[in-house]
Amino acid sequence: MIGPVLDAISWLLLIGGSFFVLTGGIGLLRLPDVYSRMHAAGMTDTLGAGLFIAGMAVQAGFTLVTVKLLLILLFILFTSPTATYALANAVWSGGVQPKRRDGTACETIDRSDGPSKS
Amino acid sequence: MFAAAAAALLITMLLALLRAFMGPTLYDRILAVNTFGTKTVLMIAVLGFLMGRPEFLDIALVYALINFIGTIAVLKFFRYGDLGRAGEGK
Repeated sequence: MIGPVLDAISWLLLIGGSFFVLTGGIGLLRLPDVYSRMHAAGMTDTLGAGLFIAGMAVQAGFTLVTVKLLLILLFILFTSPTATYALANAVWSGGVQPKRRDGTACETIDRSDGPSKS
Repeated sequence: MFAAAAAALLITMLLALLRAFMGPTLYDRILAVNTFGTKTVLMIAVLGFLMGRPEFLDIALVYALINFIGTIAVLKFFRYGDLGRAGEGK
């Protein structure tokens, strides 16, 4: 009796995850510079992966499979912000300026404290 | 249901690959490869459910860690030109 309800919940979660993953992929392709692309990629990592894993966990029930799925989610939630931070740090100290709408550089940002100086 | 999810993941992986090939800077490529790796983890998990073999989740678990370490290693390599040196904190 509870089966179709769980199936429907799992469907909804998986379709929501597919939506966010696809949106992030399109954003990764179409956004103008690397900083905004990082934003699109981060959205797929948190919401997309979270909804996908929640949908699969609903499908699996209270088993070892769910524990493994939650471990995967835990690893993604730890490693994704760390990797994004390291990448943003590398981009910034590599001298890439954020792109602005009018094409000017960000002269208001003080770059003298960047890690590339050390 | 899982087939639709796998199709969405495949399309996203294709878009990430396009960005990795087009990407004007090195960092775009690294970002695209990192995204591709995360999607691969989800793809392995979805494929395990699709084929009725949840043992695939172990592979997904290992791949999540390898993906992170690989991204950090590539970033460090292109920043210092060497994997053995310590960072600037020494």
